[in-house]
Amino acid sequence: MISAAKLVFAGAALIAVAALFGCGETDQVIVYEQGKYQGKHDTRPWENDAGASLYTTSKWTKGDKSSWEAALRSRNQSQNEYARVE
Amino acid sequence: MARMKFICDAERCIECNGCVTACKQENEVPWGVNRRRVVTINDGVPGEKSISVACMHCSDAPCMAVCPVDCFYKTEEGVVLHDKDMCIGCGYCFYACPFGAPQFPQAGAFGMRGKMDKCTFCAGGPEQDNSKEEFAKYGSNRLAQGKLPACAEMCSTKALLGGDGDVIADIFRNRALKRGKGAEVWGWGTAYGKPDKPQQQPPKGAKS
Repeated sequence: MISAAKLVFAGAALIAVAALFGCGETDQVIVYEQGKYQGKHDTRPWENDAGASLYTTSKWTKGDKSSWEAALRSRNQSQNEYARVE
Repeated sequence: MARMKFICDAERCIECNGCVTACKQENEVPWGVNRRRVVTINDGVPGEKSISVACMHCSDAPCMAVCPVDCFYKTEEGVVLHDKDMCIGCGYCFYACPFGAPQFPQAGAFGMRGKMDKCTFCAGGPEQDNSKEEFAKYGSNRLAQGKLPACAEMCSTKALLGGDGDVIADIFRNRALKRGKGAEVWGWGTAYGKPDKPQQQPPKGAKS
């Protein structure tokens, strides 16, 4: 049987530990470097599979930047009505 | 590929606000935030001109320069994006931007300023491409779908052109040549042309 004194002591110890833990200071921000982007890494558009998204219409080879650029260039011509009507 | 750019043909823009609507619909932009808007000069006066304005994805972006937490980055295609998880909503970018591109949601009591939101050139942000998280924070990632910005693609008169800077410059040049006017609105000559009256040189020894 645990005595009342021991219970009180254990409770006090627990409160002391919790209080000390609350006083601790942990890093809330990443190490700041002036003038450098430190956010998340962004995937480049051509690194996606052409069929990865439901709404993809253009065709390119995954990882091939030039094929993605060619797809966009050809799509860009849809904004050129001279190319569309002539 | 050159940098991704927008160009708006003031001779063609009819102030229909189709680009604004297309942007809102594509990215599900919240109420009070306008990533794109149409500006009209001499509204109601014969000869009025309108242009559609959003983030111009500057080559030397002032928003990037002033951001105290450096949450901006530029993609290889020249699109200026930012990480909303890092943004502290200070509003410095709003004051630095000459186009009024950065927007701040005004939700909450006392006009609290939320995280900055701006045109992403329909290129999403630093989350997994075409994921729910990316859409919720930044909107649609059309570039990762092989498409171009919705505003430019939806423009009824094709006044707003968006895409590879070289390609859209060629489209605009061809258009201006065929119709025989409008070339003076944009271009090297307008930006850096020789003035009609040469500026008076300051006297030697004077403070600059």
